[in-house]
Parts: sequence; structure tokens; C-alpha cells
Amino acid sequence: MGTFSSTHFLFLAVAALWTVALTAIAFIGGGLAGFAVALARISGNRILRGIAIVYIQIIQGTPLLILLFLIYFGVAVIGFKTVPALLAAGVGLTVYSSGFLAEIWRGCIQAVPKTQWEAAECLALTRWQRMTRVILPQALRMATAPTVGFLVQIVKNTSLASVVGFVELAQAGKLINNSIFEPFTIFIVVAGFYFAICYPLSLWSRSLERKLNVSHR
Amino acid sequence: MSATANLAPMAPGTDEATVTPLVRLANVQKSFGAVKVLDGVSFEVERGEVAVIIGQSGSGKSTALRCIDALEKFEQGTIHVCGHAVHDKDLDRRALRRDVGIVFQSYNLFPHLTVEQNIMLAPTCVKSMRKAEARELARTALARVGLADKATQYPEQLSGGQQQRVAIARSLAMMPKVMLFDEVTSALDPQLTAEVLKVMEGLARDGMTMILVTHEMGFARKVASKIIYMYRGKVWESGPASMLDQPQTKELSMFVGTGLK
Repeated sequence: MGTFSSTHFLFLAVAALWTVALTAIAFIGGGLAGFAVALARISGNRILRGIAIVYIQIIQGTPLLILLFLIYFGVAVIGFKTVPALLAAGVGLTVYSSGFLAEIWRGCIQAVPKTQWEAAECLALTRWQRMTRVILPQALRMATAPTVGFLVQIVKNTSLASVVGFVELAQAGKLINNSIFEPFTIFIVVAGFYFAICYPLSLWSRSLERKLNVSHR
Repeated sequence: MSATANLAPMAPGTDEATVTPLVRLANVQKSFGAVKVLDGVSFEVERGEVAVIIGQSGSGKSTALRCIDALEKFEQGTIHVCGHAVHDKDLDRRALRRDVGIVFQSYNLFPHLTVEQNIMLAPTCVKSMRKAEARELARTALARVGLADKATQYPEQLSGGQQQRVAIARSLAMMPKVMLFDEVTSALDPQLTAEVLKVMEGLARDGMTMILVTHEMGFARKVASKIIYMYRGKVWESGPASMLDQPQTKELSMFVGTGLK
């Protein structure tokens, strides 16, 4: 049995990059899907709205762990070949993020006073123009801080991707521990990596909140 | 100021001159649940007229005004505005709103845009006007409400009275044929009220067709070519401003008696 060395540290650093990559996939994919779901959630079409509500409820009411299992093993059961770990983890985290981002953004869009819609409507703007020129710019300002806040959640939740065999930061820690069995040292370093990724995001979120709350601009 | 002429309402004799009156409500009925807010409201407003709707809170004034701009649905009756049949299921709302400007009690400026951008938004979006041209238009409209120096400020940097004047300028920039004012001074102190009323008086003088809901009785006497007194969802009494001095009904007589003269 060896001890924790720079090779191990390097191994963790590379895994941390995978954590960041997985976060990026989940955030971008989840952002796009979540925006569509948020729009569906406030659409005038009752069916569309219903589908969005059910989708959000299911995602928010299911543990991410189960979601990942379902995608990784469930798909194989239906008859497909096994899914690559990156794909399963990416899809799982994307779906998970979309459910939460949709609800955050829906709230921000609806927090823009109804009178703003009305004023835009009375100036003969189309529904699309009202949305893009009047409502979304205001909603965006409110959404920035909670969105970055949720980004921190995604970073931490990528650790669950280890259950489908994806080697990100947490899984890399486990692998090293299996060979040198120094759990305290290893997981302190792992935790340090997570903190190094999340803390700047938290700071950024808080400064955004301060900046954007000062005025409506 | 020659550019101001661009903002003047369309002169009589152009396209819709044949369709008089400009605004006509006939037997409009509307309920909120069991409460009948509009109980057969009928009135007409001719081009160039300034119609002032007065009445107690809850008498249906604002609802009537909002019905004219299709902001509220109504169950029965017909409303014609500048040739648009507002009661029609196939009403082209955007076409209606190009002809009708409305100003609200709460200003409803867009807080993320500067004063000038607030005014430029609709002309560029709806009329595909070029930015430079729209900016020119915005400056003209701002000059008309006495705020030429505030173009690049944000709404929150302005007083309530200034914000309301910007809202009027924003509406004016679309060159509406009718302007609706829904208790536009109710949130303002007397001094700010005065500056907003001055702007509205100027519009009236320039021949803009206006329908306004207000509690400013002095202003009503001064500018109204027609007063519409509403009581319990009905037009109780209507006529020239002088009718305030000789009320025909005891309800109006009590209303003007207790109100500010």
C-alpha cells in the first residue's frame, strides 16, 4: 500500500475537470430544456401547461439517484445496449436540472407584474415581443442569482454520477481509496476540490444578488 | 416647434371621418361573478371631444374604460372604436391598440429601459421604425410633456409626476386616434398632479380625442366637452361640463356636493 502522492492528486484534478464538464452539460442542457418547460408552464395552452406541471412534479419528486438508475439500467432492460456512463449521467443530470430551472424561471417570469404585460399589450406589441423585450429582460435580472445558486447544487450533485460508474471527482476519490485506503486524507482533498469549484460560484451569486437588488435595472 | 405637429391627432376629413362618432358604446354589460359592474352602459365620443367619466369608486368607470381597449371582456352590448368592433370575437387587438393609447394610474413604465427606450420600443417593434427616427420621435414626444432633458434617465430616477408624463409621451409616440386616461393622477400629490394635468390640458387643446376617468372635478369642469356620470354600473347623467352646476339627479347632486369643486 502506498500513500497519497502527487500522482493521486493529479488523478483527482483530472476527475475534477470531468465534474466541471458534467456540470456544464447538465447546466446547458438543463437550461435549454428548462427554459422550454418554463415557457410551456405559463403558456395559454392548457394541455401544454398540464404536461409541464406533471413533468416538473415528477422530476422534483424523484431522487436524482433513482433518475440516474432508471436511465442507466432501465434503458438496458427495455432492450437497448448498455448506455455509456457519460451519456447516462449527462442525460440524468440534464433532466434533473431542467425540472428545477424551469420552476425557478417560471417564478421569475411570473414575478414581473401583470401590469407590465398589460402596458406592453396596449402598445400593440405581439406576444413574442412582449415576452422578449419587456418581460424576459426583467425576469432575467431576478433569475440570475438563484440560477447561479442552483449551479452550485448541480456541481455537488454530479457526485451521484459515480453510481453509474462515471469517474468524476467523488468516484475518483473512491478508486484511490480502494487502493491506498487513506479515506480521511483522500476525501479531505476531494472536498477541497468541490469547495474550490463551488465557493467562487456562491460568491458570484451573492454579489449578483446585491448588485441586481439595488435597482430594477 | 414644427416636429410637434407630427404628434397631432389625425385631422378630421381623413379616412375615418365618415365613421362618427369615434367611440361608441351601446348597452355594454359586464359582471364580475354576481356583481354587475356595467349594467347597460351607452355613450358616444366624437372626434376631438374630451369625455370625462366621473362617479364613486366601484361605479364601473375604470371597467368601462378598460372595455374600450379590450382589456376586459364584456358579456353583452357593442363597442366601436375607430372602426374596430371591440365586441367581435375576431377583433384584431393589435390593430385596435395602434389606434388607442392608454395611460394607467400606476404609470407602468418599463423599469429596465431608459425613458427614451421606453418611448422608442413600440414604434420600432410595431411600426418597424428605424432607431434614429424613433429616437427623434421620442425626443419630440418628451419635449411635448416637458421632459426633454430626461431622455437617458431610468424611470426610477424620476418623480411620479414625471413618470406619468413619460407614460403619456410613450402613448403619444404611437400617434393614437383616441387616448384613454385611467385615474392617471390618483397616485400623485397635488403639485405633481398639476404638472400632469397641464400636459393633458395641452393635448385637449391640440384636439386630441380623450376619454378620462378622474376624480379631479376642477379639471373636469375645465377641459371636458362631455361629462359622463356613472352610478352603479349605469350612465346616470351625461352632458356638457355645465351639468355639474345643475345636477338633474339627486345622486349627482350629492356626488358633486361632497366632492371637491
